[in-house]
Amino acid sequence: MPLDQSFVGRSYPPTAPYLVGREKIREFATAIGDPNPAYLDVEAARALGHPDLIAPPTFAIVLSLPAAHQVVFDPALGLDYSRVVHGEQQFSYRRPIRAGDELTVTVTVEKIRSVAGNDILTTRGVISSTDDEQVATAYSTLVARAPEADQT
Amino acid sequence: MSTLVSYAEVEVGQPLPTRSFPITRADLVRYAGASGDFNPIHWNQRFARGVGLPDVIAHGMFTMAVAARAVTDWVGDPGAVVEYGVRFTKPVVVPDDDPGALVEVEAVVADKLGDNLVRVDFTARSAGEKVLGMARAVVRLS
Repeated sequence: MPLDQSFVGRSYPPTAPYLVGREKIREFATAIGDPNPAYLDVEAARALGHPDLIAPPTFAIVLSLPAAHQVVFDPALGLDYSRVVHGEQQFSYRRPIRAGDELTVTVTVEKIRSVAGNDILTTRGVISSTDDEQVATAYSTLVARAPEADQT
Repeated sequence: MSTLVSYAEVEVGQPLPTRSFPITRADLVRYAGASGDFNPIHWNQRFARGVGLPDVIAHGMFTMAVAARAVTDWVGDPGAVVEYGVRFTKPVVVPDDDPGALVEVEAVVADKLGDNLVRVDFTARSAGEKVLGMARAVVRLS
């Protein structure tokens, strides 16, 4: 059954504040194999004009995906998570995320589509600091593949 | 903020250095831990095959993260990235062997937008398949 279109525009409560730590940034940068000194060396980050270590651009997913899970696992929406794959991801940044940031994410259902039995959900997550500075926005498109028997 | 390349010197159509990134099972385990995404399709072959995949596949976000280096290594300061988006067109299949998978990334300066902003378009391929589509970043140059 297609997802309920009335969810479009619905917002969820802001996530609990996430304190971005230097060691978490270093761990993430190491995990993606990226030795850029702006992620690892505070002095190098400062030399580029940043107040502290900055996070790799895709680090925003560490905050935005759990926030989007509020929608994905909303029993009232009824998305079948076992069939979900990541379809698209977009970020826009007012500034890089950096060590010392305390951030929350407010998620809104941006779009719901149904294509050939696949449910396609796009969420928008606005990432803001706890002192109300908007830092970045993440758009995630998740596709719940139709059960094989339903595909025509 | 200062970037290694300046707005004045870049030209539309200019290719960025082509990059290739190996991805092994160990990389996926490390990324699962660092990102918090423990979906077993990214580390458990039995589970991946059980849901109809050919083998363990890389996190799309891992592929997106390594592809970003085509741009961030070019500009030097990753803080210059103001937009980044991709479509995950095919999974990157990561076999349980030492070479693992290889992701090859090509990027080109697609447009100069004014205000020192440049749009870079990417293609990323693995095992002959296009794994990222509509991949583009907007960066602010010096």
